[in-house]
Amino acid sequence: MRIVVASGKGGTGKTTVSTSLAQVATERDAVRFLDCDVEAPNAALFLHPVLDSQREVGIRVPRVDADACTYCGRCAEVCQFHAIAVVGQKTLVFDDLCHGCGSCAWMCPEQAISETLSVTGVIDSGTTPEGIAFAQGVMNVGQTMGVPILRELKKWTPARLPEAPGAPRRALEILDAPPGASCPVVETLRGADLVLLVTEPTPFGLHDLKQVVAIARELGIPAGVVINRDGIGDDAVGAWCAESGLPILLRIPMERRIAEAIAGGRTLVDAAPEYRPGFRDLLERLVAGVNP
Amino acid sequence: MKQLVILSGKGGTGKTSVTAAFAHLAAQGPFAGRVLLADADVDAANLELVLQPRRLDTQPFRGGQVAVIDEDRCLICGDCESACRFDAIVETDGRWVIDPIACDGCAACVYQCPTESIRMQEQRVGECRLSDSRYGPLHHAHLHPGQENSGKLVTQVRQRARQQALDEERRLVIVDGPPGIGCPVIAAVSGADLALLVTEPTVSGIHDLRRALGTVQHFGVPALVCINKADVYPKGARDIETFCEANGIAMVGSIPFDPSIASALVAGEAVTAYRPEAPASLALSALWERLVSVLVEPPTRQDDGFAEPITDNLNQPGTFQ
Repeated sequence: MRIVVASGKGGTGKTTVSTSLAQVATERDAVRFLDCDVEAPNAALFLHPVLDSQREVGIRVPRVDADACTYCGRCAEVCQFHAIAVVGQKTLVFDDLCHGCGSCAWMCPEQAISETLSVTGVIDSGTTPEGIAFAQGVMNVGQTMGVPILRELKKWTPARLPEAPGAPRRALEILDAPPGASCPVVETLRGADLVLLVTEPTPFGLHDLKQVVAIARELGIPAGVVINRDGIGDDAVGAWCAESGLPILLRIPMERRIAEAIAGGRTLVDAAPEYRPGFRDLLERLVAGVNP
Repeated sequence: MKQLVILSGKGGTGKTSVTAAFAHLAAQGPFAGRVLLADADVDAANLELVLQPRRLDTQPFRGGQVAVIDEDRCLICGDCESACRFDAIVETDGRWVIDPIACDGCAACVYQCPTESIRMQEQRVGECRLSDSRYGPLHHAHLHPGQENSGKLVTQVRQRARQQALDEERRLVIVDGPPGIGCPVIAAVSGADLALLVTEPTVSGIHDLRRALGTVQHFGVPALVCINKADVYPKGARDIETFCEANGIAMVGSIPFDPSIASALVAGEAVTAYRPEAPASLALSALWERLVSVLVEPPTRQDDGFAEPITDNLNQPGTFQ
């Protein structure tokens, strides 16, 4: 079962919720955790995995064999992104604009185009001290497209899923999504069984929550809500969730002590163990189906 | 005309609250009446919620295209599916159907289809908006949920803001930026005169600040740093100060944690207008004074803000010294 933790607005506590959910889940289940915020991946700062494996990822960009090229311009014609151009007796490739679709290579009548990997980031993977199989995508600074990294990250499977002696465990995947409501969020949500939306009770939190709820509905993914920093702002989020039939599965009050511990790199359930039962309950309700 | 962009790396550090306060504060002083605002966080366009502006104009924004299969001509050969690298062509009830959400718009399938049954269709992905706020014109946008091309929409918002600023001889464009370091951030920062990075003293805030600074420097824009909620974790705040000092980046302010910021949001006002004497408002006013002096007299190459690029490994998590 794949659970995505998303939010719309940044900084509402996605990573706080996803890391604590993973720690609580691993008591009973085999957990795979993917940090899908490739622009700003932070879950490792809380789960402290030993990242013993790294793989370069990117997109396949064209390379033109100058001897075979006849400068016919077919490649430039089929490219939708202006990433390849023929100027006089030269065919120029702009790696930064290329989406790696392969059309230019397939359509070249001289078969003068081959493809090579242009590295845009890495996938780090390993295991956390409590046995969570962990991977994160990290986009290189200066790159624009995170989605190809995300696609590769979602394909990652640990060499060996952590096994516990005794009864077979449920296999859970927890994905920490990036903020926003555009393509990287959609790619994270594709194929999810459930989405847990973390918001804060302010007009910003509500506005951005609505954006992600619209995506979840379009993809047909059942959603539940966690209200973080409960008590700041107002309760328009609670009222809207009630109107929209979105269950509020957990409220985490604004507490300075918790904010301080998280600031220093501790997970919520580590800093405040009294939240463990709340997260256990949250997890079981998610697994049982939030929209019965 | 100067363009100041507010960024952060990590989301939720307070970019929009800071931007709204600057919009209010800029109504006095050297930029009074000559300010224009742009909300470049089109995924989560929140500046409008604080400024409550009056809408003047809305233009549809057409982003990329998606492929559409003509069922009558399709022979169900599956060539399109093997060509697609975005897993956008899925089998449904014995037919091939394009998932418009997954489609990247590359048209590879169009060229591979032996019966020319696939065409590209333009998508209306959002809209560009112009509004009149109490602190000056606001250029903003709405991206339909889940759409692509938010970088292009950001570019359009910035171009429209810049054009109006030039036409009306406005002296300052304040740009509220998106989180992260990818396409929309690059669209928001490229060509700006100054970037202010709003960070928070948390392990995540620091980690993402380093990556955001790397991005801003990559595009040659001078950067300054301020810390929001600075007193929540004093050790983190000291770490940021040490880091900035070591890298020659000027720290231009610390804003304390202050519940007035959330109350101001709910009231739909800039915190500096809502409670001018609140601790956060006083800190923001001092910060704005410093920014004004930098904007009026920009730093030279040797000065703060034009630091050498950070060259250590920005990808490593948790290696912040």
